[in-house]
Amino acid sequence: MNSELAQKKSEIDIGSTQSREIVLTINSEEHTLNIAPYTTLLDALRDHLGLTGTKKGCDHGQCGACTVLIDGKNVNSCLCLAVMHEDCEIKTIEGVGTPDNLHPMQESFIKHDAYQCGYCTPGQICSAIGMINRGVGNSPDEIKDLMSGNLCRCGAYTNIYKAVVEVKEQSSLKNQL
Amino acid sequence: MNDFSYKKADSVDTAVKASQNRTSKIIAGGTNLVDLMKYRVENPSEIIDITKLALETISQTDDGGIRLGALATNADTAYHAQVAHNYPMLAQAILSGASAQLRNKATDGGNLMQRTRCYYFYDTTTPCNKREPGSGCSAINGFNRIHAILGTSEQCIATHPSDMCVALAALDAKVNITGPSGDRSMSILDFHRLPGDKPEKDNNLNLGDVVTSIDLPAKGFKSHSAYLKIRDRESYAFALVSVAAAIEIENESIKEIRVALGGVAHKPWRKVEVEQKYIGKSATEENFLALAEDLLAGAKGFGDNDFKIVLAKRAIVRALLTAKSKTVK
Repeated sequence: MNSELAQKKSEIDIGSTQSREIVLTINSEEHTLNIAPYTTLLDALRDHLGLTGTKKGCDHGQCGACTVLIDGKNVNSCLCLAVMHEDCEIKTIEGVGTPDNLHPMQESFIKHDAYQCGYCTPGQICSAIGMINRGVGNSPDEIKDLMSGNLCRCGAYTNIYKAVVEVKEQSSLKNQL
Repeated sequence: MNDFSYKKADSVDTAVKASQNRTSKIIAGGTNLVDLMKYRVENPSEIIDITKLALETISQTDDGGIRLGALATNADTAYHAQVAHNYPMLAQAILSGASAQLRNKATDGGNLMQRTRCYYFYDTTTPCNKREPGSGCSAINGFNRIHAILGTSEQCIATHPSDMCVALAALDAKVNITGPSGDRSMSILDFHRLPGDKPEKDNNLNLGDVVTSIDLPAKGFKSHSAYLKIRDRESYAFALVSVAAAIEIENESIKEIRVALGGVAHKPWRKVEVEQKYIGKSATEENFLALAEDLLAGAKGFGDNDFKIVLAKRAIVRALLTAKSKTVK
């Protein structure tokens, strides 16, 4: 650790309201940013790093638009303080797939027309991937329940469900092989 | 959010020391605290991050039970093979609460520490004795559909919002605490408190106390228990009334019975003396209803929530019948 960094770490240790330099690992890339302790991960992603794929809806953990994957698990980034997530692997929709190389879940959302305005879609996709990562969602009711933290004001739920089920079934098949 | 200083605790002792400051707050999952800070309901001068403490383990205890580290997430707890197998009532309760995203982040210690979802507690433009002692209770004569019917006071009719704690109460779990004067443990039944004339106090922790783990006793009622949650929508909503019920039957009569209620009081509602009264009686619907009447004794509605009294009784009977039907003879 260089002396400048050591100095910063010790400031953190004594507790400080000051903005500080932190390093976040997002989509396998390290980003250094200077932020105040009250900055949420959502605001850090959108306002500090320009990763605007992650959306701000309610900003209170109720709508799921801000859902990202932290260490493979779907969480509400609006309720995370960015300073607390230096040692995590954060994945946003920008890291899930690219237009040239879509994730199977993204392909399935397109195939099943699982959106209308698209605002909730990044969060829906992260939640669905998080569910599959954990190996849960093994019945229609369970899938609906596990996806209920993502609201869709356009009401595309029926097609979202179809898109998620298709990928879930494929992933279960793969696990059986 | 207000500006606050941020500190990472490197040991439980550091966390205990730092949290002796009255205006500091411990943060772990943060799903409730960060939200309350955005509403300016909580305005801590200092945040102590305890997520680097090694308290996330779920392990076997010497007496055959399970210890849930305070930092184990709600989801990791509910999906833990032994928890799901031996304590299905607890796993079911946890999975009936919040959303998948919140359960992935929220911790077991934090679940105990979460605050009421009373609308007036959240609305800083209205009086609330819990948020601002002495300012009055807006709920008693206001909208009180989600509020308490048991153990209320003239100062506060808020409920504790947890599902997990209701199952923990039925299971007789123990909360392990490290405080300024060392380690101690407390029955989950004594952890939360009734509002009385100090509604600002949700629980019986002292300044500087840190919850480190929760112990589940060996007995999990795995084949004869149920968690029934009644709410306005079937997922991602707080309980209007919930019931954690467990029953053991021997020769057609009740050998052991546990009933804890959520959504009806400032703490999970359980009366051991009521349960004792029914030991040896037959496990019939009539006796379950009589137990429900006893458990609801003194219940009082405030207008919008009057329905909870009837609802709670019916839910108790249904939960006990479900638990009984699962019983392996």
